[in-house]
Amino acid sequence: MHIKKADDIKVSEITDKQVYLNRRLFMRGATLAATTVATGLLYRQLNPPPRETPEGQKLPNITKSTTDQALSNGFTVNEKLTPLEDITNYNNFYEFSTNKASVAVESKGFVTKPWTVSVEGLVRKPRTFDLDELLSFQLEERVYRLRCVEGWSMVIPWIGFPLSKILEQVEPTEPAKYVAFQTLLDPKRMPNQQTGVLDWPYVEGLRLDEAMHPLTILATGLYGEALPPQDGAPIRLVVPWKYGFKSIKSIVKIALVANEPPTTWNIQAPNEYGFYSNVNPNVPHPRWSQSRERRIGEFRMRDTMMFNGYAEQVAHLYTGMDLKRYF
Amino acid sequence: MKELRFSKLLLFINGLVPLVLLLWDVYRKQVGANPLEFVTHTTGMLTLVFLMITLALTPVRKISGLNWIVKFRRMVGLFAFFYGVLHLLTYLWFDRFFNLRSIAGDVAQRPFIAIGVAAFFLMVPLAITSTNKMVKRLGGKRWAMLHKLIYLAGVAGVIHFWMLVKSDKRLPLTFGFILVLLLAHRLFVKFYPPETQLPQDSFIPRE
Repeated sequence: MHIKKADDIKVSEITDKQVYLNRRLFMRGATLAATTVATGLLYRQLNPPPRETPEGQKLPNITKSTTDQALSNGFTVNEKLTPLEDITNYNNFYEFSTNKASVAVESKGFVTKPWTVSVEGLVRKPRTFDLDELLSFQLEERVYRLRCVEGWSMVIPWIGFPLSKILEQVEPTEPAKYVAFQTLLDPKRMPNQQTGVLDWPYVEGLRLDEAMHPLTILATGLYGEALPPQDGAPIRLVVPWKYGFKSIKSIVKIALVANEPPTTWNIQAPNEYGFYSNVNPNVPHPRWSQSRERRIGEFRMRDTMMFNGYAEQVAHLYTGMDLKRYF
Repeated sequence: MKELRFSKLLLFINGLVPLVLLLWDVYRKQVGANPLEFVTHTTGMLTLVFLMITLALTPVRKISGLNWIVKFRRMVGLFAFFYGVLHLLTYLWFDRFFNLRSIAGDVAQRPFIAIGVAAFFLMVPLAITSTNKMVKRLGGKRWAMLHKLIYLAGVAGVIHFWMLVKSDKRLPLTFGFILVLLLAHRLFVKFYPPETQLPQDSFIPRE
């Protein structure tokens, strides 16, 4: 076999050492840049910074309660409001995402028109309300603390009306002792309902006297604007002295019943979440303490208050009850 | 040799990318309503990711025959430890303000924290004995025995994650699944060692 002699390669064709080194340096630089960008993009994909600003429709004719009267009956608090941006970008709504920072993104474009809430069960006048009818109740601003069972809290200026107003219209009958609530079940519009993270639809319940309490409201807005999808549009319950998960979102059904209704988190973990779930610093969650909380926007933890600071208004509902047993 | 040094530099810089981006997010206040939680989750997650990569290198090497990847194992493991330190520091410093009594109470009330701390302390001797000198001082066999602690650290880390999640267990489950696969491969190799390769010059009958 003929083998070409080495000197067939002309000296002029040999890559200059400097060029060779430069090219190598260039390749290395390119590799470094490319891998760094790839890693950065991967990290961003897996761990996006949480943000999404809402734009809501203004709600008309809201009664503001800023009087001393409102302070003493708990309709408002003299505490710094949590910014709208935080309220709308950090919350749980498992129907959309189990990641608090992703709820806003996943719920964007959630259609709430048409929407009806059927009020039924042990009532004399069962009725279905459409959204306009619900918004025609006299809307009030209520500035409530919200304490999540996970240990964080906010101060939220809700817009809504007392639940009692709607219950009075349907006239509960004598055997009605509890109120059961149900969230919309529609895996197409609430994509995370396609997973089994919770038993869908989300259901909640209150004792009738809790439901009739003036602090218990149905909220249709916050910060003067219509409720954004991530916070339970178009209508949700707010019970300020109970852990946040009791305040069921995007309600389609309210039923008056004789017996304690099932509630979603209680079904999920009966030893961790009770029917009552009143905010109580003295009864720890089996996996963590409930004695302190992080107010969103604050650096240090603050002490959690009995009934979330609404003891004066609601403690009488539970006189004689063992709150460790009925947690 | 020079290629290896460059590859290690590449790995080192890439390992720091998440930290740089996280700091950038903190600096621009793009860390959501609960920055502390965001930073704690991110660093914890990074610790687990790097732990899993460390544990994956040996199986990948055995399956693919890419023996050189083992040269990066130390650095990946040290990154796991590094992010673990940051994770623990975030908790101790910002969540508890180095208040020992509050830490003790919290650990007692939240068992997942105790398990997380245990996982961290399991990694400490591994990080300390990660140098070449230490390998020599301990002797290869004893060093290898000691470094089996990483299996325990991985298990404790995944349990720690599993216990703190409220209901959506998919992510901790994924980590658990990967961990089981990686550990199972080791057991499998132990009980069914690959048939020793025939020397190159051995006689192979031909048709």
